[in-house]
Amino acid sequence: MLSNLNFRATVLSLVMLVAFLGVWQLATAPEVLAPQQGELSEYEQLMGGGTDRSSSSGIPAPTQVFSHAFNELSNPFYDAGPNDKGIGIQLAYSIYRVLLGFALAALIAIPLGFVIGMSPLLNKAFDPYIQILKPISPLAWMPLALFVIRDSNISAIFVIFICSIWPMLVNTAYGVASVRNDWLNVAKTHELSKVRTAFTVILPAAAPTILTGMRISIGIAWLVIVAAEMLVGGTGIGYYIWNEWNNLDLASVIFAIIMIGIVGFLLDASLAQATKLVRYAD
Amino acid sequence: MSKGFLEIENLSQRFPQPDSDDLMTVFEGVDLEIQKGEFVCLIGHSGCGKSTILNVLAGLATPTDGNVIMDNKEIKGPSLEQGVIFQNHSLLPWLSARDNVMFAVRARWPNWSKQKRLDHAEKYLKMVGLDHAMDRKPSQLSGGMRQRVGIARAFAIEPKLLLMDEPFGALDALTRGVIQEELLKIWSETHQTVFMITHDVDEAILLADRVLLMTNGPHAKVAESVKIDIPRPRERATLHQHESYYKIRNHLVDFLVHRAKDMSQEAQQEAAQGLDPRHQPRHVNPAKPSESAAPQERAAIRAV
Repeated sequence: MLSNLNFRATVLSLVMLVAFLGVWQLATAPEVLAPQQGELSEYEQLMGGGTDRSSSSGIPAPTQVFSHAFNELSNPFYDAGPNDKGIGIQLAYSIYRVLLGFALAALIAIPLGFVIGMSPLLNKAFDPYIQILKPISPLAWMPLALFVIRDSNISAIFVIFICSIWPMLVNTAYGVASVRNDWLNVAKTHELSKVRTAFTVILPAAAPTILTGMRISIGIAWLVIVAAEMLVGGTGIGYYIWNEWNNLDLASVIFAIIMIGIVGFLLDASLAQATKLVRYAD
Repeated sequence: MSKGFLEIENLSQRFPQPDSDDLMTVFEGVDLEIQKGEFVCLIGHSGCGKSTILNVLAGLATPTDGNVIMDNKEIKGPSLEQGVIFQNHSLLPWLSARDNVMFAVRARWPNWSKQKRLDHAEKYLKMVGLDHAMDRKPSQLSGGMRQRVGIARAFAIEPKLLLMDEPFGALDALTRGVIQEELLKIWSETHQTVFMITHDVDEAILLADRVLLMTNGPHAKVAESVKIDIPRPRERATLHQHESYYKIRNHLVDFLVHRAKDMSQEAQQEAAQGLDPRHQPRHVNPAKPSESAAPQERAAIRAV
C-alpha cells in the first residue's frame, strides 16, 4: 500500500516536471515565423540581441540550460581568472563560508543555550536581547561588519555566524529547559554531579531539539550566503549569479539557481540524518 | 525505646495558597518508625500528602517542619541510599533496558570494571524476568516491562531504603498481579527496607508487613499502623483464603471509606483549637483485636 503510494507520488512528480519543462520549452521556442529584419537597433545590441537569437523572450529554453549545465558540470573546478571559475569552486567557497560561520555559531550558541536553559535567571535576563536581535536581517549587519572587520570574506562569514546563532541558541535553551523533571530526578537520586548530569541526562534528552535548531540555522545560513556574496563579491555562488546577470548569461543564472537548491537540500538532508541518530521515542 | 532504622519526627508540610496569606497544611506532626527489612505500605486518599512524604524520604522535597533520620543520619537530599521507583517508570528513553540499569550501577560503584557492572545489571534484569529484552529501548517495551526495568534499576543499586510511588498504578490488573509477585520474590531474596505508596488495598495486604493509613487532607495525619498478620510466603491466589484476610481488608476499607473523612474533620477542629498536632499512628492488628489496646497511651501523649 505504502510502496504503491510512493510509486504514484513519483509518477505524479515526474508528470509535473515534464509538464513544466514542456511549457517552458514552448514559451521560449524561437519564433520561426518572424525572421529578423535589417540592422539591430542600438537597444537590441545593448541587450545582447545580436549574439543570441535562439529564444524569443531572452529567457533560455530548458534544453539550453541543460546543455549549459552539462558543460559546467563536466568541468566544475576550472579556474580561468577572478571572473571565470567553475561552478564547483564557487559552490565550495559558499559552502566553506556557511560551514565556518555555522560552526562558530554552534560553538557559542550550544554551550550558551545550555547555560541559559539550565538557569531561569539567565533565561529571563537574556530573553529581551535575543528577542530583539533575532528578527534583524543578517544583511543589516553587513556594513558594520565591513567597517569593523575590514575584510569582505570574514564579513560574509560573520553574517552567516550572526544569522545561524539564534535558532540554535533558542532551541538549545528551550530543549534544555524542558528536559523532563523525572529524568532530572533520576540524576539527583543517583547522585550525579552537575557535569555528569549535563552530559549523560540533559544533553541526550535535549539533543533532538538542539539538532532541530541546527537544521533551521543551516537552512537560513544557506539562504543568506547568496545575498551576502552578491554584496561582498569576489567568490561564491552568490557572486557567480550576480556576475552572470551582469554578463546577461541567463542560462548560467538558472543553472546556478538550481544548484543552490540542490546544495541547500543536501545540507538540510545531512542534518536531518544527524537528527535521526539522536532522536528517541518516548 | 529502641530507635528504628528510619525515624520520621514531627514531619509537616505546608504550602502557600494562591488567594490567601495563610499556609495550607497538607499534613502535620507525623511521627513514624520503620524497622530495617520492613515492607511498609502507605494508603490514603488523593491530596493527603502521601507523595510528599515519599519525596521527603527520597530527599527530593524539603518538609516545612520535622526531619527524617535513616540509619542515624539525617536525610538532607537525594542519595544512592534511597532508591526510588516512580509511577511513570522514569527510564531514560534513549538508553536500552540494560544501559538504564548500568547507568544506575555505574553511579553507585564508579570504580567497578565494565564487566562487573554489566554482570550486576544483568543479574537484576534476569531477576525481573527480562533476559530476552535487555537490548530494547523503553519505547519498545510494554508498560509492565518498563516498570520491571525500573524495579531492576532500583534494586540493583542496593539502597538502604527503597521508595515506591504507586509503582503499578498505570498497569492493567493482570500485569500488576504478575509484577507484584515478582516484586515479592526479589524482596524475599534481598530483604530491602521498602516504603511504598499504593491505592490498592489488596496490593498492600499482599506485599506489606504493615499498612499505614492516612486521613484526608488538609491537616492529614498518619492515623493507624495496621499489622498485616498473614504469614509469608504469600501468594495472590491463596491470600484471600487466609482467616485474617477479610478482617484486615474490611478494616482498611472501612477506614478509607468512613473514618478517613471523619478523622480529618476532627483534625481540622483540633487545628482550629490550636492543639499540638504531633502524633504517632495507633497500632492495630485486625486479626487479633485484643492487641490493639496498647497504643492508646500514644493517644494520651497527643492530648498533653
